[in-house]
Amino acid sequence: MLAEIGNFTLILAFLVALYQSAIPLAGALKSDAALTATGRPAALAQGALIVLAFVCLTILHATSDFSVANVVQNSHSAKPFIYKLTGVWGNHEGSMLLWVLILAAFGAAVAVRRINQLSTLTLAVQGMVAAAFLAFILFTSNPFARVLPAPADGMDLNPLLQDPGLIIHPPFLYLGYVGFSITFAYAVAGLIRGRIDREWARAVHPFALAAWVFLTIGIALGSWWAYYELGWGGFWAWDPVENASFMPWLAGTAFIHSVRVVEKRGVLKVWTVLLAILAFSLSLVGTFLVRSGILTSVHAFAVDPERGVFILAILAAVVGGSLTLFALRANTLEGEGAFRPVSREGALLFNNVLLVAACVTVFIGTFYPLFIDIVSGERLSVGAPYFNAVFAPFTVLLLLAMAPGAMLAWKKGDLNAALRQAAPAAGVGVVLLLVALSVTWPRAAAGAIGAALAAWAAGGAVLDMAARIKLFRGGASQSLSRLAGLPRSYLGMTVAHIGLGVVIVGVMGAGVWRTERVQLMSLNDAIPAGAYEARLIAVEDVQGPNYVAQAARFQIEKNGVRIRELTAERRFYPVRGMQTTEAAIWTTLRGDLYVTLGEQADAQGWAVRAFYNPFAVWMWIGAGLLGLGGIIAAAPNPARRAVGAPAPSRAPEAAAS
Amino acid sequence: MNRFILFLPLIVFVFIASYFALGLRNDPSRIPSVLIDKPLPDFELPAIEGRNGGLADDDVIGRVALVNVFASWCIPCAIEHPVLMRIAEEEDNLLIAGINWKEKPGDGGAWLERLGDPYDFIGDDADGRVAIDFGVTGAPETFVVDHKGRIRYKHVGPITEQFWKEDIKPIVDQLQAEAG
Repeated sequence: MLAEIGNFTLILAFLVALYQSAIPLAGALKSDAALTATGRPAALAQGALIVLAFVCLTILHATSDFSVANVVQNSHSAKPFIYKLTGVWGNHEGSMLLWVLILAAFGAAVAVRRINQLSTLTLAVQGMVAAAFLAFILFTSNPFARVLPAPADGMDLNPLLQDPGLIIHPPFLYLGYVGFSITFAYAVAGLIRGRIDREWARAVHPFALAAWVFLTIGIALGSWWAYYELGWGGFWAWDPVENASFMPWLAGTAFIHSVRVVEKRGVLKVWTVLLAILAFSLSLVGTFLVRSGILTSVHAFAVDPERGVFILAILAAVVGGSLTLFALRANTLEGEGAFRPVSREGALLFNNVLLVAACVTVFIGTFYPLFIDIVSGERLSVGAPYFNAVFAPFTVLLLLAMAPGAMLAWKKGDLNAALRQAAPAAGVGVVLLLVALSVTWPRAAAGAIGAALAAWAAGGAVLDMAARIKLFRGGASQSLSRLAGLPRSYLGMTVAHIGLGVVIVGVMGAGVWRTERVQLMSLNDAIPAGAYEARLIAVEDVQGPNYVAQAARFQIEKNGVRIRELTAERRFYPVRGMQTTEAAIWTTLRGDLYVTLGEQADAQGWAVRAFYNPFAVWMWIGAGLLGLGGIIAAAPNPARRAVGAPAPSRAPEAAAS
Repeated sequence: MNRFILFLPLIVFVFIASYFALGLRNDPSRIPSVLIDKPLPDFELPAIEGRNGGLADDDVIGRVALVNVFASWCIPCAIEHPVLMRIAEEEDNLLIAGINWKEKPGDGGAWLERLGDPYDFIGDDADGRVAIDFGVTGAPETFVVDHKGRIRYKHVGPITEQFWKEDIKPIVDQLQAEAG
């Protein structure tokens, strides 16, 4: 019964979305207030219906109703309860339902704000996207399809997905992808009205930041999951599906910067609109990649060309339609002031060009094998060396420009003054470069250079803030009150820029400076990892709820002194016949000691891999700071107090983050 | 503003979307197997830095062999590596040859130094020319070659324990029986 209710509510939601995409739009264009006013209830009703459908599917999974195909294919009666719940989105159909659920939630978030012509048009565009994806679910990927007769038990969820990281990774990623549908809808609405102004930028800014924060955290969670679950000691493989989440992030990062230029200076409008379209288009390409089987990847858990055709049709309609509108209407958007290159907006444009160029190189690397295959029938893969080689220069330039760029004033900046102000950070960077080089010599110098650049970029952000709050030059209380009075967007930018520096240090540590050893080990053998040794002291068989495992206990020693114990597991999931590794990881700020248990070679020997990944945890801390910066920047500014707070003329409000 | 520039994104998108449409017609699991049952291509590769020998087509003739394409930068290769080590240990009669693909000098040797070396012969294919003759599409990739030097099977992607037991070992056993 629940499956039928779910199916029915989805059909209703589809019809409501069709209504939402047509009637309020007509009302807004004909200035018919009565028709326009129906946009808000339509968006809310669409949201409520999809919530209901999602609840139905969740209950079907929770109660292991094996008369529903989706439950049979992805669940098992012995699966732990928490994974029965997360299994709802651990599969194609359910994850698409989550997609439209989040889409409707963002639509509702627009609807509950003040309704005007802009938001009405935005809701109409959002309705079109929702209708397209609801049709996709209903016609090609219905999660409520029944199987008759119902089998006795299910096929279990892919064991790689039975993991705490995977409980929250896809929802965050989708919140990011789908969040850009709202900025996209705002951009299209702006094109329809022929007006992109400060009101537009202020309306779109919080949504852009929200989407960006979710995507940042989603990518970090995915990388973290790959790091501890896949057992290869790495965190990023430039896999097509990873790239698919990274490209909208790059475009979205450019967007949250350029939208600030529209807000503060009323210029770069055409470019900003194009970025909004680009960010969402790349999100759709991400969906297309995972679903269509067009590129093979470990992530492609639902390969079906028919679905690919449908998603390609959606892609063509959404992207092609919006770009046609852009081509016809973008000339109506006029800048409101002169544009000088040496200014905050100039620096932000430079940042944008770099981010988009980096995004293009990732795109080319991801799709080059596909193009070559079509042109010549040859099959090849583009490896990590390409991506590392082409991506590094953009990152270097971005980091170099970040510190002085963020110090420039709007409208007309003084580059020399900014460079003088940032000089101490450069000193710190150079010292760090020399220290890192001497410690790690003769290993790759890339790590030392990366860490030095990170210190320069993050240090520049700290120095600028210190100057603004007159740290060490006024009293502590005066500095504190100045800190509290700083615009939230400036605080957020500073936190995020420091976070980026922290991420870079982590990437250098775990990517460049890591050490790796493989050894065939018997009991009481020790394997070196960084400054430590891991001694194998026991291997036991463990019985889990839906798996059996071998668990190896390691004693971690430094100079022969016991420090702690770690357990690594190799699990076997009989229903799917799959093995997974559970790495033993000991995390400190200085680095991760990471041990995985491999195959049993003979009665007494196990293949063991030990890594030491310096500063690995900095990646996750830095990603958290990036997210925190985005959240701070989206918060409303504090009310200005009469005393102590900087007046606008003396401290021009700063930077997007 | 120049109107043409505004059409540029649309034109680029149409171009890309038509490629996607063409790509959908491809079968992702299609693997060109023109070389199956053909003799190995003629080749002669130098040794990788820090080692002697190298690898030529003659080296692989006379015994059943695996010719494995690997690189230190390739992550699936690292996953495959312990399985290859096991195979090298268990299968005394099986020759394992490595083509070190598109590698910077010294990287491949250092990688094997660290992880162990399952190969009887290793050739350095820094510019990927020989891999093209083999029709290699990515690393890792493995060819099963019979004692007369004919390619009999091709495996794309890492050899996991399961692929080895279920797909490749039966073929190796059969070829060894053929060789007598």
